[in-house]
Amino acid sequence: MSDIKPDKTADLKGLNCPMPVLKTKKAIEALEAGQILEVEVTDPGSKSDIPAMLKRTGNELLEMKEEGNVIKFLIKKVA
Amino acid sequence: MATDKKKRMAIIASKGTLDMAYPPLILASTAAAMDVEAAIFFTLYGVDIVNKRKNKSLQVAPIANPAMPSPVPFPNILGVLPGMTPMATAMMKGMIKKINWPSIPELVELCLESGVKMIACTPTLEMTGVKKEDLVEGVEVAGAAEFLDFALDADMTLFI
Repeated sequence: MSDIKPDKTADLKGLNCPMPVLKTKKAIEALEAGQILEVEVTDPGSKSDIPAMLKRTGNELLEMKEEGNVIKFLIKKVA
Repeated sequence: MATDKKKRMAIIASKGTLDMAYPPLILASTAAAMDVEAAIFFTLYGVDIVNKRKNKSLQVAPIANPAMPSPVPFPNILGVLPGMTPMATAMMKGMIKKINWPSIPELVELCLESGVKMIACTPTLEMTGVKKEDLVEGVEVAGAAEFLDFALDADMTLFI
């Protein structure tokens, strides 16, 4: 995806709203501050849902990329 | 936390059908994931959502619901026929499974785990004979004033 190496990866393909947001948040909570999480989803709503959740929780979206029907996020835990 | 003071959302869940059980639980669990302090006040039929003897078997009725999707064109009045409600319920459960949604009991647990305040309305319990032991563990019992005390400081309130 890019040269940033994730500390953890969450495969949330096939899940629909609200599960990608809930599971992404849970995965962020399991990280240490500064660690990177890679999330893979197929729910198109996640393109706006996950950034909205990150904004509200003070975490950082480093990258969002679409590969076919898979959307990949790179997230840095801040809060 | 992005801001100093947490945002707050208060929801009243008044309906106990399979379809209408989802919105309050989805919004509250998502709110919790967004660091919003959320509470659901379950009143009237909504209490069934947190009644562990009932929340696995919530139903949806096709009668008087012209929006209900149907595999074949279907006069709405036929919804009164015996077996139509279980059939509509089975159909909806099939659609829920297809999109990988959690069941209602699973979603109730997700809400509780993520810190959503879940309150069942005391007069409803009194009226329907539902005991605190019948409720999912972690669900509190309180009246209107407790909900209002929370909701008066909320940034968003919804009646579902």
